[in-house]
Amino acid sequence: MSHQVPSIRMYVGVFAALLIFTATTVWVAGLDLGRLNTPVALGIAITKGSLVILFFMGVRNNTPLTKTVAISGFLWLLILFSLGMNDYLTRGWLGVTGR
Amino acid sequence: MSNPVSGAKPHPKLQAHFHSMEQQLEASTLGMWVFLVTEVMFFGGMFMAYLVYRNMYPHAWVEASHELNWQLGGLNTMVLIMSSLTMALAVRAAMLGQKRYQIINLTLTILLGCVFLVVKFFEYKAKFEHHLVPGPNFDPTLEQGMQIFFSLYFMLTGVHAAHMIIGIVMMTVILTMAARDSFNAEYYTPVEVAGLYWHFVDIVWIFLFPLLYLLGRHGA
Repeated sequence: MSHQVPSIRMYVGVFAALLIFTATTVWVAGLDLGRLNTPVALGIAITKGSLVILFFMGVRNNTPLTKTVAISGFLWLLILFSLGMNDYLTRGWLGVTGR
Repeated sequence: MSNPVSGAKPHPKLQAHFHSMEQQLEASTLGMWVFLVTEVMFFGGMFMAYLVYRNMYPHAWVEASHELNWQLGGLNTMVLIMSSLTMALAVRAAMLGQKRYQIINLTLTILLGCVFLVVKFFEYKAKFEHHLVPGPNFDPTLEQGMQIFFSLYFMLTGVHAAHMIIGIVMMTVILTMAARDSFNAEYYTPVEVAGLYWHFVDIVWIFLFPLLYLLGRHGA
């Protein structure tokens, strides 16, 4: 954790970016992109979340250990989603009764 | 890592088991992040349920999502983003030992948190009036997928609102400490750590907004 204090300009810039992304996600939700609506909305949400984590929470200035812990949390989440959906999405494939 | 001036008197807030104030802050930040990872997993379980049931009832979810007021949800998104900015500025003011700015920004953060809850209250009120709240007055004609959507909606936003209330209480304590000159440029760990929690609650909402409110907007 460095002692350099981030500038107010940086914080306001991140804030403006977050507002623009919020407007974008509302706008995109009004368009019919077929199957792409949800991935686009999630992509914007992940970008916004990353901005908050990196700048507002100051993770980019944290120690490597804290960075590792922060990243690992989301990696475990990814494991939960991917293995979970790996089960639910493939259950119908074998035609086993009772799913 | 800072190099503490040898021979200088240690900071009164420095605990005996830490080498320096910097190390103490790093340890606290790491500890908070470990807690936040457990929070990620806590909300993650509910997002997993969301994923499974949305995949099972795609049309019912779009239908149910239309019942939510995305304008109010969007307003609350902006309110929370604004509160995150004031929170970050409060931490910055604490780093610089600017008591006045710190108090102003903490107060704004608390007020914005309250605005969020008031908007949420009116949203919930409308859901009660429309019989969309799981319980004795739940609309029995709703199809199963929509019932599950509303159960998850209230679970996710309810737990999120509980986090907001805890955050507001926490910020009130921090504000009191700041007013009593508990913090300075060498010691602002509680502000920093409470700020991490506040930002985390903001991130949860950043995901809830598109997934709950916006999911069926293009079909409306």
